[in-house]
Amino acid sequence: MPTLNETTDRILELAAVHFKVPREQLSPDDDFFKKLGINSLQALDLLTRLEQHFHIELPDYELQGVSDFRTLAERIQSRL
Amino acid sequence: MLDLHKHNCLGDALRAGLERWPDEICLIESDRERENCRFTYRQFNEAALALATALQEAGVTADTRVAMLMANQSKWLISAYAVFYCGGILVPLDYKLPAEEHLKLLAHSRAEFLITEYHLWRAITKAEGFSSLSTKTVLVAEAPANTDLVGAKKWEEFHAARESKFVPRERRDTACIVYSSGTGGRPKGCVLTHENYLEQAAAVAPIFPFWPGARYLSIIPTNHAIDFMGGFIMPFTGGGTVVHLRTLRPEYIREAFTKYRITYMAVVPLILKSLQRGLTEKFASLPPLKRRILNALIATNRTLTSGKPRIGLSRRLLKDIHSAFGGGLRALLVGGAFTEPATIEFFHDLGIPIYNGYGCTEACTAITVNDQKPFRPETVGRPVRGMEIRILNPGEGGVGEVAVRSKTVMSHYLDDPKQTAETIVDGWLITGDLGRLDESKQLQLFGRKKNMIVTEEGKNIYPEDVETAFAGLPVKEACVFAVNFLWPARTMVGEQLVLVVHAEPGKQVTPAVVQEIAERNRRLASYKRVGGYLVWDRDFPLTASLKIKRGELASEIRTATGRENVVPL
Repeated sequence: MPTLNETTDRILELAAVHFKVPREQLSPDDDFFKKLGINSLQALDLLTRLEQHFHIELPDYELQGVSDFRTLAERIQSRL
Repeated sequence: MLDLHKHNCLGDALRAGLERWPDEICLIESDRERENCRFTYRQFNEAALALATALQEAGVTADTRVAMLMANQSKWLISAYAVFYCGGILVPLDYKLPAEEHLKLLAHSRAEFLITEYHLWRAITKAEGFSSLSTKTVLVAEAPANTDLVGAKKWEEFHAARESKFVPRERRDTACIVYSSGTGGRPKGCVLTHENYLEQAAAVAPIFPFWPGARYLSIIPTNHAIDFMGGFIMPFTGGGTVVHLRTLRPEYIREAFTKYRITYMAVVPLILKSLQRGLTEKFASLPPLKRRILNALIATNRTLTSGKPRIGLSRRLLKDIHSAFGGGLRALLVGGAFTEPATIEFFHDLGIPIYNGYGCTEACTAITVNDQKPFRPETVGRPVRGMEIRILNPGEGGVGEVAVRSKTVMSHYLDDPKQTAETIVDGWLITGDLGRLDESKQLQLFGRKKNMIVTEEGKNIYPEDVETAFAGLPVKEACVFAVNFLWPARTMVGEQLVLVVHAEPGKQVTPAVVQEIAERNRRLASYKRVGGYLVWDRDFPLTASLKIKRGELASEIRTATGRENVVPL
């Protein structure tokens, strides 16, 4: 199983590719809504990409109250 | 549709629907590729009555307040009907709020019962203030086996087989308490009566009729007035079907259209724009010849449907597009926030009628609906049946504050006579929105008079709700306003909040203070964040009890400075 840091890194890479943002501009504590310039629907889209990558199901509520990559990574890690 | 004038309460109207169409499907719940369950009206009735019996044994009776805190799913509607059957008052809460706010609203509503689902309950039990939760009984759905529910009971096990007793209510009795704002300032609990709902449903039914086979895709949270009406009361009193999706990803919403041949869906502008973006990208990727043909068909459809929607004709002309929407779509209903005319026009040109409306929880959902007869995307339509609209103090071009009077206007705000008296004056609901009625009695909106914003997701944000996040900043005073309240603008899109800060005497608003503002802003839910800050160098005017005189401060700011001095965050 990947470590939390590895999961976080992977999320940053996937988000960078999906939203066409240079990877080096993203860091774990970034507010992804602001940094990626996305709305709540696009964030759900990101969740789908992450599900496909990690081969898990993430209920929509896992995104509730989350706006930074690190917390998102923690939620994903707990389901791996 | 049932004749709702014959019924005195929601419980009675819903019961009549359940008896009238026993073998029709009323509810489908889907999760990704799986279908979780589907119910006929008969099966729904059986499930709800088993719950109602247990609720009655536990003490739910006339006027018992029962809070509902769930995402859109079958158990929401089953539980809600069970509550109405027992004569109880439903308190639907927004599941997207943080747990701390759920606790505050539970306390404010004094709900004795709470019906919720596991992940929300788990968050509540860990939230600050949980120890003072006074709700007597909590039912939790979908809890894993062998989990400590901290005193709550499992929804799935909470049923009884004995005979239950229907408890009728009168038209003027309270049906629901619905919160139209958060808890940071003053929670606005709209007390809505059975009459409010029955009159609203009867008024809207001719525009959105339901029948056995008509299917409504429910994606706006059911606590919201639009979905409560469109995704519960209307279909259940018309023999229709409600489709719930447990995952609201765009791809599953798209799939649901074809899988379930959806008739209606209510959306907020954000979703509508997302659909528009997807289609625009698809059109752009077509080969040049196909695109030219499509454009010609769209132009033909536009001409032929300018007087009124002609859905059958549009389906034939633009078959592929309509097939992608399932082929049975009659209209997309959009509400909750202002929709830009260009977006409405985009769908109209494709022959997918967008019925935009204007309403508020205080008026029990819709005040006006634009049925596009004729096509007028710049208006929010004509008043629905039984709704009177007055424009107060009309100024330039007849624009003034919109006031409405109807049997759908709420009774009052819960425990807030002052706010009620300010909002309902001589029987007229003062909306705080600015508009004008044109010659054909269509309402056009131009902005807001009240100090609040509405996001594209349909969320009402009151500055007072946000202000608490900035309490204790190292400045003398701070106050949040809607930018368009400080500097009135004739727009209802792109609204933002601004934090006004006044530094300590002899000090400046330093970069450290700005950093702290930014950090605190970040901790707020994304839709609640302030767009920028404004440095103010005078003392705030205060009342004798040291509260900020917001109106006076706004007026001072308006006179002294402009929106160009707001520093973006």
